[in-house]
Amino acid sequence: MTARDFDTIIVGSGPGGATAADELTRAGRSVVVFERGHNYLIQPARPYDLMQVFSNDELKYTIRHFLGPDPWLEPRTFRRNESDGDRILTGEVNNVPATVGGGSVHADAKLVRLREDDFRMLTELGPAEGANIADWPLTYDDLEPYYDTAERLIGVAGLAGANPFAAWRSSPYPMPPGPPMYASLLTSAAADRLGYHSYPAPTGVNSVPYDGRPACNNCGFCADFGCPIHAKGGPGPALRRALLTGRADLRADAFVSRILVRDGRATGVEWIDADGGTHVELADEVVVAAGAMETPRLLLLSGFANPNIGRNLMFHMQTFVFGEVPFRVHGHIGRSVTHVHDDHVIVDELARNAASAAGLPWLKGGVVEHCTPASVIAEAKLYPWGAEHRSHMRRSPMRDHFLGFVMQGEDLPQTRNRVDLDPSIRDFRGLPVARTTYEPHPHEIAASQYHGERLAAILTEAGAKYTIVATSPTTTGELQSAHADISVVPVSRHVAGTARMGRNPSTSVCDEWGRLWEAPNVLVADSAVFPTISGYGPTLTIVALALRNVRAFAGLDPLRAARELTGAPAVPPAGGAAN
Amino acid sequence: MSRFLSEGQRRILAAACARLVPADDDPDAAEAGAADYIDGLLGAFLVDPPRIWAGGPFSGRFGGGPSFASFHRLTAQDELAWRTRIEGSRGVSERERLGPVVGLQEQYAEGLAALGEDFPALSAGEQDERLRAAGSFLDLLYEHVCEGLYSAPEYGGNRDLIGWRSIGYLGDVQPRGYSDDEVSHE
Repeated sequence: MTARDFDTIIVGSGPGGATAADELTRAGRSVVVFERGHNYLIQPARPYDLMQVFSNDELKYTIRHFLGPDPWLEPRTFRRNESDGDRILTGEVNNVPATVGGGSVHADAKLVRLREDDFRMLTELGPAEGANIADWPLTYDDLEPYYDTAERLIGVAGLAGANPFAAWRSSPYPMPPGPPMYASLLTSAAADRLGYHSYPAPTGVNSVPYDGRPACNNCGFCADFGCPIHAKGGPGPALRRALLTGRADLRADAFVSRILVRDGRATGVEWIDADGGTHVELADEVVVAAGAMETPRLLLLSGFANPNIGRNLMFHMQTFVFGEVPFRVHGHIGRSVTHVHDDHVIVDELARNAASAAGLPWLKGGVVEHCTPASVIAEAKLYPWGAEHRSHMRRSPMRDHFLGFVMQGEDLPQTRNRVDLDPSIRDFRGLPVARTTYEPHPHEIAASQYHGERLAAILTEAGAKYTIVATSPTTTGELQSAHADISVVPVSRHVAGTARMGRNPSTSVCDEWGRLWEAPNVLVADSAVFPTISGYGPTLTIVALALRNVRAFAGLDPLRAARELTGAPAVPPAGGAAN
Repeated sequence: MSRFLSEGQRRILAAACARLVPADDDPDAAEAGAADYIDGLLGAFLVDPPRIWAGGPFSGRFGGGPSFASFHRLTAQDELAWRTRIEGSRGVSERERLGPVVGLQEQYAEGLAALGEDFPALSAGEQDERLRAAGSFLDLLYEHVCEGLYSAPEYGGNRDLIGWRSIGYLGDVQPRGYSDDEVSHE
């Protein structure tokens, strides 16, 4: 057995794990961070500068799996339900990057807060048949100070007061919004003419130099790409702060295969190095932040027996709406998304009427991102071959003339939607892979249809000649064509719910502070703990919850102000939007 | 560039690429580098480091030191995955964990053979007919032609930036980026 070298083992170097490392080392604890993927983010020796490796390279990031996981080495499997048999697909399912920095590396960093109602959905909206909706064991007010800190630690650009549906906030954003994209100016104006309320997307991308990193220079390679100049905020600075204390070790290409447990307490982990060698690391505590797919896999590989593990898996029901306009919109210039609107999360009378027509108690959508396609290889593959190819590419009807929206629709938790261990597919290390069993609830399908039509009307108002509405997953759930097995797999990278937190051990996996009921010195610090996914991206809430729960876990002062932690620059007035 | 395909295979490939994206005001896909891109992928392991992941952060086209041409070294596992994709599993047990894999090299050898040695000499109409009969190989070839036209030229395609120039696209623009004015205006 190895000697105990660290107080705490952290599994995963994404937003949850990096936040845990930052907090714990700041309080004098020692940590070791295990990351199964490669390290392209941070130099392995002092002064632990951020690496200069990421690039504007569509092929490398979107086709050749540069950020991992390679779907052949580390596949996942998928089925809609048990009648599909063991699986209908082996390969890419929710391939959030496996790399130092995790999903934050590829995300375009829309860092939004949830609303007050998102923490008490059961109380506010009531149950829906077949869904396992639960209130969170904390309120927005409990989390607000941590959202505030998280926004400062990462560096979020936004405009306080611009969104009438926003939850209250104790201070303005640390940066003003960046420059609005041309296409988004058109769609947001059209939305506002129809009575919606667009606002600058809160974005973890520097609009001014922040925390030693430069302002974004609008290269356009934001969603799916690592930022070449580190203008995107993410786990890098948090990991760097942790390493600079001298109390942290970061191990890339190191896969934690098992949490060791004795008498209801974790004693350490078993891990596998890049050469396949197996080791044991002992510690007082374990923080699991492997993501809502890999976290339940690790818990199941470790022999935890709580029947709720892996259940209530949620994606976002993504509704894509595009419309062609007779002029160029250059969606490849800028930070992917600069406007959003939240109106579709409000369950108003019209939404209730639409729900009632569908036999549902209510319908809830999600945040709508104003976005236009930016990738040219992906565009090229959409057009037919032959003489038309070049004329299509030059005219670019499906990229440079597309205005668009994607709605991150609320996906209701269902116990039958789950992650478990595939009975026979193994990764390259020989371990069972995560299998997803997932079908949307009728709510998601009806909500997508209802809100999709409203979004198409906005694009028509903006001048679109025609509009297209599509969803992921497909709403019919039928396997009709050669690629149908893929179309029923949600493309959303947002997942949550597989180790939900709650106050009752018979209906949750973690307690109200994110600790495993089965081993309270194990903390889950990713979106697996979310009881409901909301209609917003999970990252800022992962970080805020990690701040709250890690401090409680380690007995730290819960509410130290962010300003003293970060040394971040003074906050400019909220009215200073650059446009 | 190291070549994987034979001269005969290259002629068939070039003729096929030229039908998938023919010349107009701009050269056809083969002249624009798509065949080189495909040959470069099939022969990725003929060079060291293998031609899989271009380097970063900058190409040098918009400032900064050029680093795209310095390809990343692969770990043993990455090499296993990419050799399996390109070379196929060929009965090697560690490549058959998820079942046998027909590699890209074999798919191209068979697909080009099926187009026929006489393919380059056929009329455009006859060539299109053979391509339409090629089934999944046509899909594979067209995907790779698109990649070869519009990926960074360091991967072997997009010769003289013909692909990007033909559509008025600048490609990788770091570290220059775009101005705020270019973001927000027509």
